[in-house]
Amino acid sequence: MNWELIFGQITWNSFVFAGAIENPSLSEFIASGAGTVAVLGALASVILLTVKRWWVPLWRDWLTSVDHKKVGIMYIVTALVMFARAVIEGALMRAQQLSAVDNSGFLSADHFGQLFSTHGTIMIFFVAMPFITGLMNYVMPLQIGARDVSFPLLNAISLMLTIAGAILIMVSLVIGQFSTGGWTAYPPFTGIHFSPGQGVDYWIWAVSLGSIGSTLTGLNFAVTIYKKRCPGMTLFRMPLFCWTTLCTSILMIFAMAPLTAATIMLALDRYAGFHFFTNGAGGNMMNYANLFWLFGHPEVYILILPAFGVWSEVVATFSSKRIYGYTSLVYATMCIAVLSFAVWLHHFFTMGQSANVNAVFGIATMVIGVPTGVKVYDWLLTMVGGRIRFTTPMLFHINFLLTFILGGMTGVLLANPGIDFQVHNTLFLVAHFHNMIIPGVLFGMFAAVQFWFPKAFGFRLHEGLGRASFWCFAPGFLLAFFPLYWLGMMGATRRTYMWTDPAYLPWLALAMAGAVLILTGFALMVTQIVVSVRRRAELAAPLGDPWDGRALEWSIPSPPPDWNFAVLPEVSSRHPFYEAKKAGTAYRSPTAYEDIEVPRNTATAPLIGLFACAWAFGLVWHIWWLVVVSFVLMWAVVIARSFASDTEEIIPAATVKAANEAFLAAVRATPGVTRDQEMTAANRGRAVPESLEGGAGVLSSGATVGVSR
Amino acid sequence: MSLSERLHPGINLAGTDPEGHEAAEEVLFGFWIFLMSDLVLFAVLFATYAAMSVQGIAEGPGPAEVFDLTAAFLETLLLLLSSFAFGFALLAMKYRENRRSVLAWLLVTGILGVAFVGMELHDYYVMATAHEATPQVSGFLSAYYLLTGTHALHVSSGLVWMAIMAIQIAVFGFDKRVKLRLMRLALFWHMLDVVWIGIFTFVYLFGVAS
Amino acid sequence: MSNRVPADIMPGAYEEERRERLSYVIGLILALTLTAGAFAVVWLDLLSGGAALAVLGLLAFIQAVVHLRFFLHIDLERSHRDDLMLILFTVLILLIMVSGTVWILYDQHVRMMP
Repeated sequence: MNWELIFGQITWNSFVFAGAIENPSLSEFIASGAGTVAVLGALASVILLTVKRWWVPLWRDWLTSVDHKKVGIMYIVTALVMFARAVIEGALMRAQQLSAVDNSGFLSADHFGQLFSTHGTIMIFFVAMPFITGLMNYVMPLQIGARDVSFPLLNAISLMLTIAGAILIMVSLVIGQFSTGGWTAYPPFTGIHFSPGQGVDYWIWAVSLGSIGSTLTGLNFAVTIYKKRCPGMTLFRMPLFCWTTLCTSILMIFAMAPLTAATIMLALDRYAGFHFFTNGAGGNMMNYANLFWLFGHPEVYILILPAFGVWSEVVATFSSKRIYGYTSLVYATMCIAVLSFAVWLHHFFTMGQSANVNAVFGIATMVIGVPTGVKVYDWLLTMVGGRIRFTTPMLFHINFLLTFILGGMTGVLLANPGIDFQVHNTLFLVAHFHNMIIPGVLFGMFAAVQFWFPKAFGFRLHEGLGRASFWCFAPGFLLAFFPLYWLGMMGATRRTYMWTDPAYLPWLALAMAGAVLILTGFALMVTQIVVSVRRRAELAAPLGDPWDGRALEWSIPSPPPDWNFAVLPEVSSRHPFYEAKKAGTAYRSPTAYEDIEVPRNTATAPLIGLFACAWAFGLVWHIWWLVVVSFVLMWAVVIARSFASDTEEIIPAATVKAANEAFLAAVRATPGVTRDQEMTAANRGRAVPESLEGGAGVLSSGATVGVSR
Repeated sequence: MSLSERLHPGINLAGTDPEGHEAAEEVLFGFWIFLMSDLVLFAVLFATYAAMSVQGIAEGPGPAEVFDLTAAFLETLLLLLSSFAFGFALLAMKYRENRRSVLAWLLVTGILGVAFVGMELHDYYVMATAHEATPQVSGFLSAYYLLTGTHALHVSSGLVWMAIMAIQIAVFGFDKRVKLRLMRLALFWHMLDVVWIGIFTFVYLFGVAS
Repeated sequence: MSNRVPADIMPGAYEEERRERLSYVIGLILALTLTAGAFAVVWLDLLSGGAALAVLGLLAFIQAVVHLRFFLHIDLERSHRDDLMLILFTVLILLIMVSGTVWILYDQHVRMMP
């Protein structure tokens, strides 16, 4: 019997546990331990779902849902799960480098290589991307007054493709090994001659699935913002988060294609003997770096722009002021988006092109600092004269301003090719990009979770634990990454698993301490969520507006109903909800309700995700029957779906009316709270606008305001 | 600007089916964006080809030795005529909603498309056998096969899509969904023709001329 | 039913149909001429070297515009601005990517040891 026909290249030795048995060492035990955790985690989820009888609700209410809010939440959950793995990998690398001064440490070189490859790949493609995508999914349609995105099913398909990629990476913990080529996977190292085996193939297909999902997401959001804004919502009345979502979407549409091209070429090199990036026969591996960064640089801005949007919302809300320089922020975002396509060469200044080429891209890179600087000044000036509340998101914001500027400065240094030649490929660079991505993107997303969590679930997060996690994260970041600047300047190269220079030791120890603090911060954040769920009764804010918000998403109940808005709002300013509160016209009953058409749940997306995952797994292990079968099934699902006709359901006007009137009655019956009471149990989600706080009594008897028409 | 005055790429239903036109706005805009993203993919392949067709020949044959301009010319005509035929299929759908004439035009489009793909496969066969010019020979040939192959794959998936649409016309008639899908397929088909202009110029003609 | 003749409902539809058909025919004729011209340049050796490449590039550009205008019905009218903007933005990105790639790889190529 020819097992290879059935199992492809999978053998007994492919399982991670085989390594620990055949070649016992701490490194192998850690690898097996990680594999065990992955298997046990999956088993535990299965048992939990079975015991609690959650399989049906999980399938019926979540996996088959096409509601943008649920899709958004599933994205963020995916991101957090993957974050847990990747942040532990980061700490492991710190520990290895600390223990490996003048000896080989406790991890093998190969294991270390897999760690930095999965850490980078996961953090970018399966933490940062799903995090921002989930957030944009949840918030953007609410902010522009829409009932859903333009293509809800496509949205769910994007999610399932991303999850399929994430699952593939998790599977690589147990079956086979991951690439050791870093998150950029440069050939010729990742070519078949230098990296035989399945590691690079895992990288190729996981990343490809994620990038196709992102392209579709970008397309979906751009159309949503162009075509689904509520009446009166001109582009220049959109909240800034929507602007950054629009620019990010445009970047996704255009920047993902080069990555797809690069991964296809690398795959053809590996699978079919093509010569795109090989050493001989006319291959050109420098083109890979070129193509990868054609995607990779816009990608950085894909990540940071939504975070910029979050910062704009957070700083305005918690300064109780409108954002300073709205128009300049919009134009700065556009400038950044366009310029981000013109700087990709600064990732490979040292590849051998002439100084003129380097100079052009170096100058373009420095120019990007200008619109970013405009944004920083706008955020600072928003705080000036405002009534600042030092809530967790605001603490993250202030920390962001301070540390992001430092990271930006080192970016301008690196933009100078002369300096780049000195510190290229050292820990200086590692420090720089972590300095941009952690305080900028990651903390931006954490702030967003604190900020919008009450909107999504109807209760606030525990503030004390939130601040505690902040006070671990912020100094933890500084400790973990600022020493790397020094190490980089001392000549420590990145991706190195052992050292000989004892002078590195104190700095590595500091960095290790920082990593421990970051892990503590993450543990506190998880605790915060658990504690908040337990105490959800006292933290409840179902009336929707816990922070005295300005945009439309705060005008509806928390969590929002399936249809978002009972009646599509009509706006006439940039801060429609805030101005309605001020004028006393918020929470009015609409004159009439209409039936609402929403898309039915469908198994299409999860099935496509399942077959895509099987297809990619078959490709990785050369299981050709699986490749063919799952590919055919995937498209069969698409075609079958195109013949389905009963895809929408009607929510009757009476249902909508009952729900909305109950909400409005609850709001009118609840006195508004001032900002001083924001973190108390009194905050049920009805705010007295800051400017009316003197005469709060006027509004606290809101019933009289609300009923009048 | 009122909705009926707002036009999207390709044939618009504004004059004959206002309701369909209203529904078309969002989906056609979305599909148009997808096409732009697809164009970027082709642009990257073109750029790679531009570099490799000069720098990546290595020991293998050069462009002028392996390309057959006559075949490229005939392929151009086939694709152009099929694009034209699709236009008439859509006009028959818009003004007459007559299944038979729409299906007839689609059949013409499809046959021309199949002939195009068939000729390309024949080209590959000739190159691989007569010139031993397979993609494994050099960077230039890798880039050539990937660029033209991606285009051929697009055309082939367009053909599959067309066959499915023919079935849907037979099953559903010209309801809104079928119309909008045909309009999107038309954009796809016309855009592939635009990409082919790039291929016959920058691959075949440039290859032989320089 | 699907065999209704909308012309009964919409007077002038026949006129419009004729106009739209004409657009495709004009497009086809222009495209055929331009294609023939491009191939003629190479087949008949009308031009050579850089001049040939420049003319071929120009012909391709014109033909792409012809396809956009007559087959995809994109024009400069106000009602088409969104799509046109999108095309122009795409072209900008394409130019940056393609010219940048060609420039970088060419520069690296000439600096390599033979």
